[in-house]
Amino acid sequence: MTKDTISKRKFMEEFRRYQKGSVTRRHFLNVTGLGAAAAVMGTAVPGLKPRPAFAAEDIGDRVILATWPNYHDPDNFDAFTEATGAAVQVNVFGSNEEMLAKLQAGGSGWDVYVPTNYTITTYVSEGLIEPLDTSRLSNYDPTAFDPRYAEAGSVDGQLYAVPKNWGTTGYAVNTSHTGGTTPTSWKEFFDMTMDSFSGRTMVHDYQLTTIGNALKYFGYSFNSVAENELADAEKLLIGAKPHLFAISSDYQPAMRSGDAWMTMCWTGDGKQLNTDIPEIAYVLGVEGGELWSDYYAIPKGAPHMDAAYALINFMLDPEVNAKEVLAHGYPSADAHTNKLLPEELLNDPILYPAADLLNALEFGAAVTLTDPNRAELMARFKSA
Amino acid sequence: MTRRTRTWLLLMPAGTWFLVMLLLPLSVVLVFSFGERAPAGGVVPAFTFEQYANLPARWAAFKNTLTLAPVGTLVSLLIAYPLAYFLAVKVDPKWKTILLVLVIVPFWTSILIRSYAWIFLLGGRGLPALLDWVGIEGVRLINTPFAVLIGIIYGYLPLMVFPIFVSLDRLDKRLLEAAADLGATKWNTFRQITLPLSVPGVATGCLLVFILLMGEFLIPALLGGGKVFFVGNALVDLFLQSRNWAYGSAVAATLVFVMLITVTIYMRLIARLGASRDDVSIM
Repeated sequence: MTKDTISKRKFMEEFRRYQKGSVTRRHFLNVTGLGAAAAVMGTAVPGLKPRPAFAAEDIGDRVILATWPNYHDPDNFDAFTEATGAAVQVNVFGSNEEMLAKLQAGGSGWDVYVPTNYTITTYVSEGLIEPLDTSRLSNYDPTAFDPRYAEAGSVDGQLYAVPKNWGTTGYAVNTSHTGGTTPTSWKEFFDMTMDSFSGRTMVHDYQLTTIGNALKYFGYSFNSVAENELADAEKLLIGAKPHLFAISSDYQPAMRSGDAWMTMCWTGDGKQLNTDIPEIAYVLGVEGGELWSDYYAIPKGAPHMDAAYALINFMLDPEVNAKEVLAHGYPSADAHTNKLLPEELLNDPILYPAADLLNALEFGAAVTLTDPNRAELMARFKSA
Repeated sequence: MTRRTRTWLLLMPAGTWFLVMLLLPLSVVLVFSFGERAPAGGVVPAFTFEQYANLPARWAAFKNTLTLAPVGTLVSLLIAYPLAYFLAVKVDPKWKTILLVLVIVPFWTSILIRSYAWIFLLGGRGLPALLDWVGIEGVRLINTPFAVLIGIIYGYLPLMVFPIFVSLDRLDKRLLEAAADLGATKWNTFRQITLPLSVPGVATGCLLVFILLMGEFLIPALLGGGKVFFVGNALVDLFLQSRNWAYGSAVAATLVFVMLITVTIYMRLIARLGASRDDVSIM
């Protein structure tokens, strides 16, 4: 097989395009090579790979994982197949909404998926998620996880999901246009947008973060659904709109070309931009903002239940997990894993922000994502 | 096999296609549009006009679409007509094929890729940098309504050029000679012969471009930077972000209805124009 590769940056650009809905999944899978990878891993391999004779139990020949792009080390999947005989078939998704829709429609065929914190209660109330039997997850040590990133995995005392990785939503700012100073707050983000950065700022095409961060300008909760607070946020956003460069979650290209000077930004993009262009700083607003955590979970009626448990358990192995973190660059909440990671990664202020900045952040709530008023506010903002 | 059975058999593929690809999905959209949004997104069956009552919330999107679609169509027409005229009437026949192929060539690549090329062309390092170099400073093109208009004209121009080209190409050149022999000026010949005879092509081109523009969402999203919001963008958000399928279906059904009305009015106008043209030719 020829080794077609795609750069991490190109991959993230394509991913944002796909997330935004501006390219089809087929296009996305094609350009990134994930489609071919999934096809090869999924169907061709199980028939060809010899079953290891020493396998403790027969878990079947495959396990189907629904996850986010660029979020795993493929070598780990190979090692899993080597050890168990089950090939990992990867389905890549662009948004939690899309994942939820697929599971609601039924017959997804997934064994393991990677929901974000604020969706788990919805999966539980919709009966779409399997309670986890910890006796089958020998590598799961609840005491090793920072509870901040683990608690959303349990609903009413029942464990449904175990932590994968976490991250933040802040903003990236090109400090070569600020006279050398780095802003520190969401107040500055919006004030600069309407002043010295007019025509140079981008906000996400995603209500959760765009409205949430506008709420932080006033010191309200990121998750507020209170009418008067949303009205304030709306006024701010609509006032800022004529000054925006774009409303788009595909912000890396414009930041790199210099057309945009500042943008709402997720950890991974912040890290990538800062690595390539050191003048671009990643800022967490002092008022707070969003903190998120992804989990491994098993959907109800997973066709390969044994393989699902085996895969999650395998990924929780600190050795394996450390390799994952090195491959995708998102922080892990597992103390055992962090012990195996290089010092400079653990000290990176973009990946592991200072405690006081981190403590001000809030997890997105289920109601924030599904609140109809927030969706309508976003539509009014975009059409204003 | 009787003639009747044969007719039915031959109509079967098209009939099945219409049933499965047109009537069924449209019925689903209609049924959904009377439903309600489920708490976790999607739709729960109901019979309520709530979604339709809520339509004014997307008035801005409809207004933008109903402005852009006619303007885009008109500007495309104004650019496409001279080009089609040149290709059909003026150009040396040995160059005709090559030039026609050049008009089609952009269609060989996806509009998505081509729009990305425009992002670069209109972005700060593209045309504005060039303008800056010749002394015109501070021009912003990308993420403006103007950029959307450029993208739309660029994307849809071939759809306008071809029908007009075909109608002009078939034009009986003897009519033009006769007009000249009878002392008509060039302008009069064009106005009274060429233009009326090309109306079918113009009508087809306008209809093609207009209908596609009414549902456009990609170009505004890419070249308008998400700041220019059309019904197509509203639909994408309703189905993929807020997952309000019931409301999304009501907006979609309304768009179909608005299109039916505008296209019907348009056809009537064209028919009337055609009728008056016949009067002219009888005279």
